[in-house]
Amino acid sequence: MAGVQVANVSRSFGAHRALDNVSIDFADGGFYALLGPSGSGKTTLLRQIAGFDFPDTGRIAIGGESVERVPVEKRRIGMVFQNYALFPNMSVADNVAFGLSVRGEPKASIAAEVQRALDLVQLGKLGGRRPHQLSGGQRQRVALARAIVTKPRVLLLDEPLGALDKALRVDMQIELKRIQREIGITTIFVTHDQEEALTMSDRIGILRDGRLVQEGPPEEIYDRPQSEFAATFLGDANIFRGDATGNGIRLPDGTTIAAASGPSLAAGARASCAVRPERIQISTGAAKPDADNANTLKGQVSKRIFAGNNSTYFVDRDGQTLKVIVQNTGAERLAEGQPVVLSWSPDSTVLIAAG
Amino acid sequence: MADQHAIGSRRGLKPALPLLLPAYLWLTVAIFLPLSAMVFFSFMTDLPLAGREWAFTLDNYAAFFSQSLYLTLLLASLRLGLEVTLWCVVIGYPAAYVLAKVLKGRSREAIFLLVILPFWSNGLVRIFSWAMVLREGGILDTALNAVLPFKINIDLMYSYPAVIIGLVHSYVPYMVLTCYLTLQAIDDSLIEAGRSLGASRRQVLWRVIIPLSMPGLIAGAALIFVPVVGSFMEPRILGGRTGTFYGTVIEDQFVAVFNWPLGAALSFILLAVVLVILAVASPMLKRAA
Repeated sequence: MAGVQVANVSRSFGAHRALDNVSIDFADGGFYALLGPSGSGKTTLLRQIAGFDFPDTGRIAIGGESVERVPVEKRRIGMVFQNYALFPNMSVADNVAFGLSVRGEPKASIAAEVQRALDLVQLGKLGGRRPHQLSGGQRQRVALARAIVTKPRVLLLDEPLGALDKALRVDMQIELKRIQREIGITTIFVTHDQEEALTMSDRIGILRDGRLVQEGPPEEIYDRPQSEFAATFLGDANIFRGDATGNGIRLPDGTTIAAASGPSLAAGARASCAVRPERIQISTGAAKPDADNANTLKGQVSKRIFAGNNSTYFVDRDGQTLKVIVQNTGAERLAEGQPVVLSWSPDSTVLIAAG
Repeated sequence: MADQHAIGSRRGLKPALPLLLPAYLWLTVAIFLPLSAMVFFSFMTDLPLAGREWAFTLDNYAAFFSQSLYLTLLLASLRLGLEVTLWCVVIGYPAAYVLAKVLKGRSREAIFLLVILPFWSNGLVRIFSWAMVLREGGILDTALNAVLPFKINIDLMYSYPAVIIGLVHSYVPYMVLTCYLTLQAIDDSLIEAGRSLGASRRQVLWRVIIPLSMPGLIAGAALIFVPVVGSFMEPRILGGRTGTFYGTVIEDQFVAVFNWPLGAALSFILLAVVLVILAVASPMLKRAA
């Protein structure tokens, strides 16, 4: 088991800069998600860590040992592929045994280890099957067993749940997390699904156009995004753009929005504020001004989407449509076209420097 | 795939008949009838032409067993088939691998065309151009002597290697094509998965790629082995005196000696032997895969 350090890694394919000076420190035993839209470089980064491709510049270390020029088969990593990549010519047990048998381990100990790995993923009885006789979720488990049976230093997962349907995906998320805790392996997990990244990982790295946008625990990135991209890619956010005032921003129409967190910016600099839709209160009349709802705006409900446990209101205000999510508490529902007042606390507002 | 099976079995054979009939009618007329005539001939003492006397006999088949020459030649032809097939694997499989897994786009198309080219050239032209290359004072001889500082004498013409060279040249495209098709169907992520599990490129090749491309190797081997065992053109032109094989003897019976019944009988013995070999070999190879 080991941590992974990625330092100043860049990689270009022709004129396309797939990774641009990326540095991340993956601590030993952590569960990391690399999150980003397609083409953001997250899979390229995973392939650099795996060793399928080498960086143009920069350093990659596994367990403190520089590996950026070490081929994949010598890196002692385990990898689960998006399409599982099970060997169709081998039984489930032989698939799992592959990594041990290419090392020339004795047959008897291989059989025992394979059984232990299959038991861990709860497929102990299916060792004799062929991959094509398994369901998607079972194949996923076999791929996982095959990747961890060799006791790799790092487990790399390339959108491993992408091919599963929703219900199975949630099961596998829990299962993957359980197995990861049980063996305590450093896990790096590529996904474009923000919910998956939020629920599963200890830390998230958000990539965009080959650059690391922000890295940190899910709560930190969600509560204190450092860019408009991070704010809108991980979860939903209302973005206000204006000029910095010292403790918030002033919108073009003169309204000020106070923000309790974010960088200190020179007054007058271009800046934005981000507010999560569930932090905004919506009411028909003016609320009593106090610290919890110091930011107020007037608007008009343009649309309401009812989703059972909550409702999403789209509120038009000065050419901008804001999103507000209200828990279903049994309170009166607002009609479309109704004038409303939105209010929220400066604590719920994050100041973001214009990027 | 399971769905396709279900649909196929539900519909049955009847709606498929109009699609099958043309091919099978053609096969019946073009192959089955003449072949039946040959079976008939092979049991006759002489051809029923120009009022010649003839009777049914097993002598033609007995000749194979009474004269050791035929068996010797058959074994030589089987060895030739085996050697040519092996060379086609050795030369064709790596080429197919590069075509399927390394090259992309235009360069793949260009190299592919070079592989197919022998198919489009006339067989006789191909063989006679080899004759020009291989004979003493020929292209290979002259070229090597122009480059090398010492005098060497290359005269491969009328030798066993010349026959092998000519046959491998004619048949290697089959191996490249069949292997290319199976190799191309192997997902690259399987190779990556193997390497991520600590297997060297060589181990991935032996444990994953070759087993998965076995169907292509078997198909290619069958396509090459069978015609090579009965081949006569390359052995005769490039092999000269050394080029006497089972196929050339059969050809002699038809075009030189005019003993069609014996030629037919020898052909059917060859067919039987080849069928037995394929029947024994293919399940073995399949199990290996």
